[in-house]
Amino acid sequence: MAKTYHAGVKEYRETYWMPEYTPKDTDLLACFKITPQAGVPREEAAAAVAAESSTGTWTTVWTDLLTDLDYYKGRAYAIEDVPGDDSCFYAFIAYPIDLFEEGSVVNVFTSLVGNVFGFKAVRALRLEDVRFPIAYVMTCNGPPHGIQVERDMMNKYGRPMLGCTIKPKLGLSAKNYGRAVYECLRGGLDFTKDDENVNSQPFMRWRQRFDFVMEAIDKSERETGERKGHYLNVTAPTPEEMYKRAEYAKEIGAPIIMHDYITGGFCANTGLAQWCRDNGVLLHIHRAMHAVLDRNPHHGIHFRVLTKILRLSGGDHLHTGTVVGKLEGDRQSTLGWIDLLRESFVKEDRSRGIFFDQDWGAMPGAFAVASGGIHVWHMPALVTIFGDDSVLQFGGGTLGHPWGNAAGACANRVALEACVEARNQGVAIEKEGKDVLMKAAASSPELKVAMETWKEIKFEFDTVDKLDVAHK
Amino acid sequence: MSEMQDYQSSLGDPSSRKFETFSYLPAMSADQIRKQVEYIVRKGWNPAIEHTEPENAFDHYWYMWKLPMFGETNIDTILAEAEACHKAHPNNHVRLIGFDNYAQSKGAEMVVFRGKAV
Repeated sequence: MAKTYHAGVKEYRETYWMPEYTPKDTDLLACFKITPQAGVPREEAAAAVAAESSTGTWTTVWTDLLTDLDYYKGRAYAIEDVPGDDSCFYAFIAYPIDLFEEGSVVNVFTSLVGNVFGFKAVRALRLEDVRFPIAYVMTCNGPPHGIQVERDMMNKYGRPMLGCTIKPKLGLSAKNYGRAVYECLRGGLDFTKDDENVNSQPFMRWRQRFDFVMEAIDKSERETGERKGHYLNVTAPTPEEMYKRAEYAKEIGAPIIMHDYITGGFCANTGLAQWCRDNGVLLHIHRAMHAVLDRNPHHGIHFRVLTKILRLSGGDHLHTGTVVGKLEGDRQSTLGWIDLLRESFVKEDRSRGIFFDQDWGAMPGAFAVASGGIHVWHMPALVTIFGDDSVLQFGGGTLGHPWGNAAGACANRVALEACVEARNQGVAIEKEGKDVLMKAAASSPELKVAMETWKEIKFEFDTVDKLDVAHK
Repeated sequence: MSEMQDYQSSLGDPSSRKFETFSYLPAMSADQIRKQVEYIVRKGWNPAIEHTEPENAFDHYWYMWKLPMFGETNIDTILAEAEACHKAHPNNHVRLIGFDNYAQSKGAEMVVFRGKAV
């Protein structure tokens, strides 16, 4: 067995290792972190990955000769050390654009991370980054609306937006759930959100949830004079059911719906994003299951790649981690992928884990969503890290306020506006955050109580997945 | 911990109406307004002034006060236009805008003179 397998790898190197190759502007480029099996040379492992993710199979077949395989093959064109880790290396592979159906992240990733992740020549494999050529980007739908259009629709300018995931995430009746939404929105939040687990369970079917939530939105808009929304989760067991819920959300005037793009699937997500553009409904994207793929530093798919998938497939918001809260996220690395989500051109920058220049052309950017374990004390850091084109979501940090959701929402809104005002004045708010918040709390009893409630909470676990840097 | 307070907001009370960015903070002083104008100029955005009757504040379109001040970087000139608009429409909300023509959006928008709630 082992002998046959070795012979196969040798053949791969002869065909698929091309260090002299200069990638074309139209090539799709990938950077894999490869941990090879003991005794397999780097060039052979890289060539094997190139082969198995493109035209290769384990043996030559006569029908190979009916086509021009040299044209269609993936090419491993460079190898680099991984700083601080001798067990693995980076392999750079170029794929001709002809290998991929236009506008289909489904097809691209079926090829790139299909069979090859179970391949025996590698012990572990991680897709670190992908450069999508602008020629391919232009075939994709992308975000249904994007940052600029959403700001105009929601009338939110010059600051991050505020959200909150309704809790408890399971078990509330639709009417009580709508109450929790209403209280958050009248207190000053821009959005509330269905938890990802909330789809259409026996305790709360989607139809009643949509109706009660819509009443909460309408009333809070009339009460505050501001535009509001709630991410109605239309993630469903089947695409047909998903579209049914999306159609109803549109019918009752909901400004935004929500989808889980990994568990729901890229196919469903891309279709829903196109529906959202056609129907003028904003699309919030949750990323349940991402950590299964992106947390292990040696195996899986890095989140910066999952970010690019979403931007191509389509969504107006994407959860990106908070850097400061309870969930994983290294600061430099996070800054890298929020740039990939929002900017029109992102330069290669290894200090942020970005391996390739990425040109998005005219494709709109999407809002970065910071959610999970954050509260008013985190506000100065969040505004600094995420800037204005973001949604800051305080779940427990809104609903856990001793005076209830409206007071919690108001506390967050006051804290946010105080930080933005100070930032605009040139104050270094991450350093001076305490003074900024204390000053704002002087005229906001809601904020004062929030600051007393959460002062002591800290999240200081080290991240598991760090950027690769020399540890010496 | 302070005693629990009721959250004061209702359909019947016009002072519950907000008007987006900075409307949850106390009204800005002259010095605070000046600093926000400086921010807009520093960003290279085009300043503009708009106003509306408070009861129509939910509309996307407010009344433009003249035209946006394209290329204007003199802080006093910009402040003078905001004050002139406020003087002409003392009961209206007056907002300061920074148009970011590269993002094709407003980089900043805030009410600098608050109208009379009705």
